[in-house]
Amino acid sequence: MSAEERKHEFVDSIRREQVFRTLETGVRLDGRKMDEYRKIKIEVGPIVKADGSALVQIGNTKALVGVKVLVGTPFPDTPDEGILTVNADILPIASPYEEPGPPDESTIELSRVVDRGIRESHMVDMESLVLEKGKKVYSVFVDVTVLDVDGNLFDAVSYAAVVALATTKYRKATLKGDQVVFSEKRVPLKPKTIPSSVTTAKIGRALVVDPDWVEEAVMDARLTLTFNSNNELCAMQKGGTFGFTPEEILKQMEVARAKAKENRAILKEAIEGAKKK
Amino acid sequence: MTQLISKKNLRLDGRKLDELRPIKLTVGVLKNADGSAYIEWGRNKIMAGVYGPKECHPKHMALPDRALLKCRYHMAPFSVDDRKPPQPSRREIELSKIIREALSPAIVLEDFPRTAIEVYVEVLQSDGSSRIASITAASAALADAGIPMRDLVVGCAVGKVQDKIVADVSDTEDKEGQVDLPVAFMPNLNLITLLQSDGALTKDEFEKAFKLALEKGRYVYEIVRDALLEGFVGRKNEKEGN
Repeated sequence: MSAEERKHEFVDSIRREQVFRTLETGVRLDGRKMDEYRKIKIEVGPIVKADGSALVQIGNTKALVGVKVLVGTPFPDTPDEGILTVNADILPIASPYEEPGPPDESTIELSRVVDRGIRESHMVDMESLVLEKGKKVYSVFVDVTVLDVDGNLFDAVSYAAVVALATTKYRKATLKGDQVVFSEKRVPLKPKTIPSSVTTAKIGRALVVDPDWVEEAVMDARLTLTFNSNNELCAMQKGGTFGFTPEEILKQMEVARAKAKENRAILKEAIEGAKKK
Repeated sequence: MTQLISKKNLRLDGRKLDELRPIKLTVGVLKNADGSAYIEWGRNKIMAGVYGPKECHPKHMALPDRALLKCRYHMAPFSVDDRKPPQPSRREIELSKIIREALSPAIVLEDFPRTAIEVYVEVLQSDGSSRIASITAASAALADAGIPMRDLVVGCAVGKVQDKIVADVSDTEDKEGQVDLPVAFMPNLNLITLLQSDGALTKDEFEKAFKLALEKGRYVYEIVRDALLEGFVGRKNEKEGN
């Protein structure tokens, strides 16, 4: 059953006051502008045992993604498509409020929102992942490990997943009767578009992008928007226990659209840089 | 692929592009729950029940300054084409969370510190836009329970089907259409409390769809208000032996 979690309760009322008071003067507690991201650092391919991987840092938030491409049976309702699975895990070392055990509802939401952004942008050409229609398809596992939590997991995990997928090279499989044979030859998982996710938060009257942990702890509501390479909206999720006015939604949409473009350039640079190596 | 919209701009079930399916809402349908509501929205059949404010279990979850809102969205195994295993799926866990977050700003939780308010949504038959029908029924059930509220939460799922913007997305339109965009909001406070989307939308398409969702949601609000009024009058008559 879903209930409010205590992990966001532990912010001093003094700190809460401070966040609000600074925002009223037009800057944020860490000195950023309202529409400014923290530094985004991307390392491509740190895990050589994975078919594709990326470590993304947004400020202190660290997310590591490894992609493994296996062969499996397609879902009955999509016999002519491969399988894409996004699964996130926030490690107990990532925050004092995380514990070992099955994923809680926030972690499940995180997996599903990142999954939706990638799936609905049609980044992965699912139809190219079929070995034999209705019988055998490639199954792409995007496994996310969050190592350090300092807010905005949605974007950090999304960027790591997108870069890892865009640089994935998987072993080509062939079917010999019922046997699946993997060749040593690797083929790239060519991305059809680069989805770019932007998370905004409403704190009192202020609207900010890329909320850090303190901002998330005091925010009223959150909006995560994902745009495809044409900069069209392809997925969206509101979170948090308060609401937005329609004007706020439309305003954030345009701020996010511009930011998505900027951040996509950073993702593309990392992807292109890795190809040259 | 199925032709979802005819040349005359009619949808599979004969609706116009901006037409909602029939909605039937009744409150006070369960004896034991403190508040309840049953909604039929097209072929969606959803029962919502509310317990509380009551003692919070486990106690360590109680909040010192307000009630703890708990919410469970659950689908019956027979509610969809395939059998849905009874244990909560990842989708149901996510929906439980976003439905809770959609309802929470409407409830005056700070009136009941250290207690819990439980909202149960049971989808008996699902037919597209079930999260919006669930929120509508749940907010009616909360009002039926007499829990102080700032506003009702209502909504409408809009979408894009064959490049056209439509209101109240059906199951087939959700599966075979391009975009599903559920919106829930508090009409009097003008605050959006649930917003999701999947599928590509241009700026103009989004603005058109969003506006349509708010307009249709206001119509749903009238239905909920009428149902609450009817429930109240019905109970008053019962009490007075009429």
